[in-house]
Amino acid sequence: MRLTTKTATLLALVALIALAPLFFPSAFYYRVGALIFVNGLAVTGIVILTGWAGQISLGHAGFAGIGAYACALAPVHLGLHPALAILLGAGVSAVLAWLVGRPILRLKGYYLGVASLGMGILISMVLNNERDLTRGPDGIDVPDLGLRAALKTAGLDLSNGEFWYALCGIVLVLGAWLALNLHDSPTGRALRALHGSEVAARTVGMDVPRLKLQAFVISAVYASVSGSLLALQNRFITPDVAGFMHSVEMVTMAVLGGVGSVAGAIFGAAVLTLLPQMLTVFAEYEQLVLGLVMVLVMIFLREGVVPSILRKLRGTGE
Amino acid sequence: MSELLQFLFSGVTVGAVYALVALGFTIIYNASDVVNFAQGEFVMLGGMITVFAHAAGAPLPLAALLACLGTAALGVAMNKLAIEPARGAPVVSLVIITIGASIFIRGAAQLVFDKQIHSFPAFSGDDPIRILQATILPQSLWVIAGAVAVFTGLWLFFTRTLLGRAVLATSNNRLAAQLVGINTPFVMTLSFALSAGIGALAGVLVTPITMTSYDVGLALALKGFAAAMLGGMGNPKGALVGGLVLGLLEGLTAGYISSQYKDAAAFLVILGVLFFLPQGLFGRKSTDRV
Repeated sequence: MRLTTKTATLLALVALIALAPLFFPSAFYYRVGALIFVNGLAVTGIVILTGWAGQISLGHAGFAGIGAYACALAPVHLGLHPALAILLGAGVSAVLAWLVGRPILRLKGYYLGVASLGMGILISMVLNNERDLTRGPDGIDVPDLGLRAALKTAGLDLSNGEFWYALCGIVLVLGAWLALNLHDSPTGRALRALHGSEVAARTVGMDVPRLKLQAFVISAVYASVSGSLLALQNRFITPDVAGFMHSVEMVTMAVLGGVGSVAGAIFGAAVLTLLPQMLTVFAEYEQLVLGLVMVLVMIFLREGVVPSILRKLRGTGE
Repeated sequence: MSELLQFLFSGVTVGAVYALVALGFTIIYNASDVVNFAQGEFVMLGGMITVFAHAAGAPLPLAALLACLGTAALGVAMNKLAIEPARGAPVVSLVIITIGASIFIRGAAQLVFDKQIHSFPAFSGDDPIRILQATILPQSLWVIAGAVAVFTGLWLFFTRTLLGRAVLATSNNRLAAQLVGINTPFVMTLSFALSAGIGALAGVLVTPITMTSYDVGLALALKGFAAAMLGGMGNPKGALVGGLVLGLLEGLTAGYISSQYKDAAAFLVILGVLFFLPQGLFGRKSTDRV
């Protein structure tokens, strides 16, 4: 029996998430793992937008910021449970993406990149400046999700690190599963078709701007949920989560691993999350190395690391 | 009245800098269709190299010249090492390459120079000049004069010299230009050198007013890019007008609305332009129906 890419990706992902803790030298790595999963989730959204629909966004961190601050503010000001705040953030992000994307995606070219760049920076500016609400650049505390305590009373006692590792891992698998289903659905096929040739897609009757808009909204929701999980996990959030550099990081992770494949993107998220952890000794060189990696990968492995390697393997194997 | 005039002066000064950065975007975009997000780093290098060359004992004019030439050389190196090898790659990849290059340059500047904020003395002293009821710094006049000189010089270059016309021809149609014997790789090199040199000059001129450090490039790149978009990507006249309009908007926002949100002006402009005027003020009309 041949495994489909979808099943293979999901099985590999579940196995990796389940088995990796066996090799953790210390509890600290649960935290690193959870960070990888959070980034992987946001990057899966980028795969849908950039890899399949062929649009670039330079402001996705803005949606992560909305998700994160929804979890910080809604429980305090609106009395929402943090879990519902995640949904609220996702809803706000989706509406905003729809409003921004609708006029922009009718244009050809890289305009979505430009518009999302402006939108992302405006969001981070509001988070920085509205001190009365967000406490500005110093950051703000985020309420507890409460799920760990609930699990404890139900008899499952997890450490904080273990809990977030498991929860983020589960959400990532869910996110990857939804994305892979989308990939094989009529909408997913239509998206990839328009990436291949917009003219051809239009000729066979596809509503190209609408499809792109769908991809943008879906990927905004991914980014928002990822921001929410980051905030709830850290119990603290600063406006940096919405900053331009965070947007660039998301795109870089996706492109590094392979923007066309969910597995590649998650791999990219893992590498770029681990890199700064390993470079802490050389903190001075972090930017230098990050910039160099971005340039070299784009020149020598244009499809990204994972698809390039897979192609090599298949080339020799068949 | 005097208040308004004061805001206009400061608006025109920053506007001239944005116009120069936008011009840098335009030159490279025309030659290669690449949006070079490292444009802001060129401005940063112009300021930083001058600071350190001046501190090492070079007289200010020599230090400034070194900064412009050094940055131009770096622009050429960037083209050869990062852009040319990726020719034919999709837009997303090229955008990421230039962002990667800008992060790399920032990281290198942080190591080679330092993380402090620097400045050097203004060219003609710091005594403000009174015009009507407002004042303007002599250095602001240098910035404005510099921008005027660069735009006039480039206009003459593009319209009056053979080489300049070759650059224009390449930006209109690379293949056709190649067919009539224009050395298009050289045009690319020249564009990167010009663009980096102009960016560095902007950095040299504005540093006595705004000061500089290794991380000023990103904000400048984003503003310059907004100005280029406003004017219409790929149009030098658009870069000039876009830069000035953006600078004035920023000056007026800071003066009358909120200095915290003065930076928001640029990005609201980007969104407004895209929603209502996608080709910018002077951009080519798109023939696509949507």
